[in-house]
Amino acid sequence: MNNIELVFPEIFISLLIMFLLILGVFKKDSSKIIHNISLLVLLATAVITFNETLGVGQVILFNESIIIDYLSSFMKIITLLSAFIVLSISSSYLKTFKLFKIEYPILILSSVLGMMVMISSNDLIVFYMGLELQSLALYVLATFNRDQLKSSEAGLKYFVLSALSSGLLLYGCSLIYGFTGSTNFNVIASQFNTNEYALTFGIVFILVGLSFKISAVPFHMWAPDVYEGSPTSVTLFFTMVPKIAALTVFIRFLYVPFSNLIEQWQMILVFLSIASMLFGAIAAIGQKNLKRLIAYSSISHVGYALAGLTTASNDGIQSSVVYITIYVVMNLGFFSCLLMMKRNNVYYENIDDLSGLSKNHPLLSLSLLIILFSLAGIPPLAGFFAKFYIFKSVIEQSMYFLAIVGLLSTVVAAFYYLRIIKIMYFDSEKESYDKDHSLWLKLSLTFSTLAILIYFIFPTQLIELVSKINII
Amino acid sequence: MNFPILSSLILLPLIGAFFLFFTKSRGENKITVKYVALFTSLVNFFLSIYLWLLFDQTTSDFQFVEERVWIKNLINYKVGVDGISILFIILTTFITPLCIISVNNSIKSRLNEFLIAILIMETFMIGVFCSLDLVVFYLFFEAGLIPMFLIIGIWGGSRRVYSAFKFFLFTLLGSVLMLVAIISIYWINGTTDVLKLYELGIDTKYQNLLWLAFFSSFAVKTPMWPVHTWLPDAHVEAPTAGSVLLAAILLKMAGYGFIRFSLGLFPTASEIFTPLIYAMSIIAIIFTSLIALMQEDMKKLIAYSSVAHMGFVTLGIFTIQQQGIEGSIIQMISHGLVSAALFLCVGVVYDRMHSRLIATYGGIVVIIPKYAVLFMIFTLAALGLPGTSGFVGEFLILMAAFKDNFLVAVLASLGVIIGAAYMLWLYKRVIFGKLINSDLKKMIDLNRSETFILTSLAIPTLYFGFYPDPLIKTIEVSITDLIETYNYNIASKT
Repeated sequence: MNNIELVFPEIFISLLIMFLLILGVFKKDSSKIIHNISLLVLLATAVITFNETLGVGQVILFNESIIIDYLSSFMKIITLLSAFIVLSISSSYLKTFKLFKIEYPILILSSVLGMMVMISSNDLIVFYMGLELQSLALYVLATFNRDQLKSSEAGLKYFVLSALSSGLLLYGCSLIYGFTGSTNFNVIASQFNTNEYALTFGIVFILVGLSFKISAVPFHMWAPDVYEGSPTSVTLFFTMVPKIAALTVFIRFLYVPFSNLIEQWQMILVFLSIASMLFGAIAAIGQKNLKRLIAYSSISHVGYALAGLTTASNDGIQSSVVYITIYVVMNLGFFSCLLMMKRNNVYYENIDDLSGLSKNHPLLSLSLLIILFSLAGIPPLAGFFAKFYIFKSVIEQSMYFLAIVGLLSTVVAAFYYLRIIKIMYFDSEKESYDKDHSLWLKLSLTFSTLAILIYFIFPTQLIELVSKINII
Repeated sequence: MNFPILSSLILLPLIGAFFLFFTKSRGENKITVKYVALFTSLVNFFLSIYLWLLFDQTTSDFQFVEERVWIKNLINYKVGVDGISILFIILTTFITPLCIISVNNSIKSRLNEFLIAILIMETFMIGVFCSLDLVVFYLFFEAGLIPMFLIIGIWGGSRRVYSAFKFFLFTLLGSVLMLVAIISIYWINGTTDVLKLYELGIDTKYQNLLWLAFFSSFAVKTPMWPVHTWLPDAHVEAPTAGSVLLAAILLKMAGYGFIRFSLGLFPTASEIFTPLIYAMSIIAIIFTSLIALMQEDMKKLIAYSSVAHMGFVTLGIFTIQQQGIEGSIIQMISHGLVSAALFLCVGVVYDRMHSRLIATYGGIVVIIPKYAVLFMIFTLAALGLPGTSGFVGEFLILMAAFKDNFLVAVLASLGVIIGAAYMLWLYKRVIFGKLINSDLKKMIDLNRSETFILTSLAIPTLYFGFYPDPLIKTIEVSITDLIETYNYNIASKT
């Protein structure tokens, strides 16, 4: 086997998942050690990915079913690192709810494995395999707090709706297979006859399935309920990590097998993007629960990331990747704050619970202030640059309508972010929250706040990193 | 020039704010914190005066230009000043220390954070006036929203939340369209560097839409009628220092933007839209003056008078004549000094009586005579009495307007009369009359710091009223050049 080292990360992580499962079965009280090993595994896999695959250019393996290129390596590293941070900051939350079990890190690892397979897929079957692996792990994670009704409800809802979307996706795949005779992306691309309307149907079904996974409007209905019901540490995972993988698949699908059909999918994507941006911004206004609010906010952020993909240019893809990276950092910060809102072993997650936070916790509220202004896209914070790159590439294609709607919805979105700031800074104070937090939580909050704050000093670095992504 | 003087001006307040961030403002420390902020802003003021001394008044080129790669292949960080921007920078660095001195009485809680917000605000405001790249300009222009939102929201009055939101959302809504325009310019001309854009010129077929996009942002910020409604709310609720910053400097960003970008980059479109600006300015002058006449709240009255004064400014800018634009800039500087002083005057009595209603006062001339004298000077300057800086600006603007359009000039002059009416009536009701409210007898006259602030505002107001030459000399060459390029562009297009 040539080039086997390129899939070392996947092999490594799957071997260790099995090892950890066995360890968990045979060793009593092993949750702590498994948690720590999982952290190490995620980090080590990121390092292996960085060393082995980042610099190799484009390689296609295993009967052309796996693709390793800069995009896949970059997205894998982001996935692994964010999963690492998620896992590290969730331990104290899990302990509070007595959820600190061996299954949790193992499920996270397996869903990450699924995502890595998705990201690297160059074949419909491989892609579907990865997707199901990650989804199955996520269903279980959503219900992880099984004694709570809401958590079970979230898991069930997620399962049913996700299964439906997988069905649509499969149907689309079978249509594509039926009309091109192959499941391989490159073969599909070369076989494409644009007159085949059935193929357009196939694309629509696949796009629907994918939009479901990244919760783009109008396939977003599951997101608020699932985000609210799941344990907060799982919600944190949901809002970021699967989206990175799904966005990569979006890029891959649109620009490899379907690149000839751009007229067909561009319109759909513009609609998805505009609907998500506007709906996410408007629906979040009335929310009282922070997790629901962030669900709607993530819907609108997905809309911006998709706006970059509508452009059919490398610039647009790169700006989407930058967007999702910055979004992940902002979200990490936001959830770190959420996980710090704890008093006497109870976690608070309503907006009103933030009331007067700035009096008792000046640093925490300052960080949250910076993160929220950045989410709203106000310069000079990182969130502004993320939006700036997106709209730069959108306007390059003269899609003014998309750009103007997008920017106007940032004004609407600014309202609900400001509302949180108002409650933190202008309202009267409540009891203070616990002040001793785990080191990981503090580190992740400091990291994300500083990254957002000083991004404007070094804006070039991230751009240079993603500028090697060349799909078209 | 090797020393990056403009970048230092931008960065110094930020460094001061950074120091303040790590000091705790409790007990004794409170004074230290204030001195740190004051020291920073004073150093900045002297640096900007030094800049003015070094400034070469005989050329319209941009001076002290600094350029660094910021986002590779996309945006360069570029700053520089010409005759138009330098005066605004000095105004900013002059007003900021006065704001910091004035916090003594009005800010009771979280002094540290307040001073940090003011200093960060100063950074952004200076940045706006010297950036020579559209994206950099937008960055500073928008970033100012964050500290101002917090200043109104945290330290403001009872309806502060509503006002802060209104201020933020109105301004943001106007500005996002400008962002679209800026990115479009990048794709049309391949650069956002203002100097290169001046040379290249922007294709006439795009100009109208781009002009409107910039206009939407500047009109909200100016504020022009009918999008002025955020200003009275923001002024009334903001703490004194916040109102001062808002009136003296924030509003000038838009006037500056009109001159620098609307006239400089889109001459053909400016020519087309001049009637629109005229109409909106005239409505602003007459309509808001009439509203001001009926106000019962002193701060609101001054806020509406600001809208009217800014109406003169926009009118003057779009006459596109030497006197008109010179008058507009002098009017902006003068309004920066006078409205700041008037808000501080209201702040003085508010700190003592905790009321801004005109009806509360009356006959206080006997109790606080020193205050009455200084208030008089600023009232007269606001209505444009000869000998004050307000006169110079208004006179030049009206002169240019008469040349251009007789009717507009007559209507604008009408505004001057109403302006005199509401200012004098305000003064009469507050200072003169019978002393009915017996609580007023306990009022004490200006203390040392208040006297100092108001006198230091009164001196330039009177000085530039009698002798506006230093101002005019600074801006003259730049404006002549601007108008020449403008007329050349118009002539070559038709």
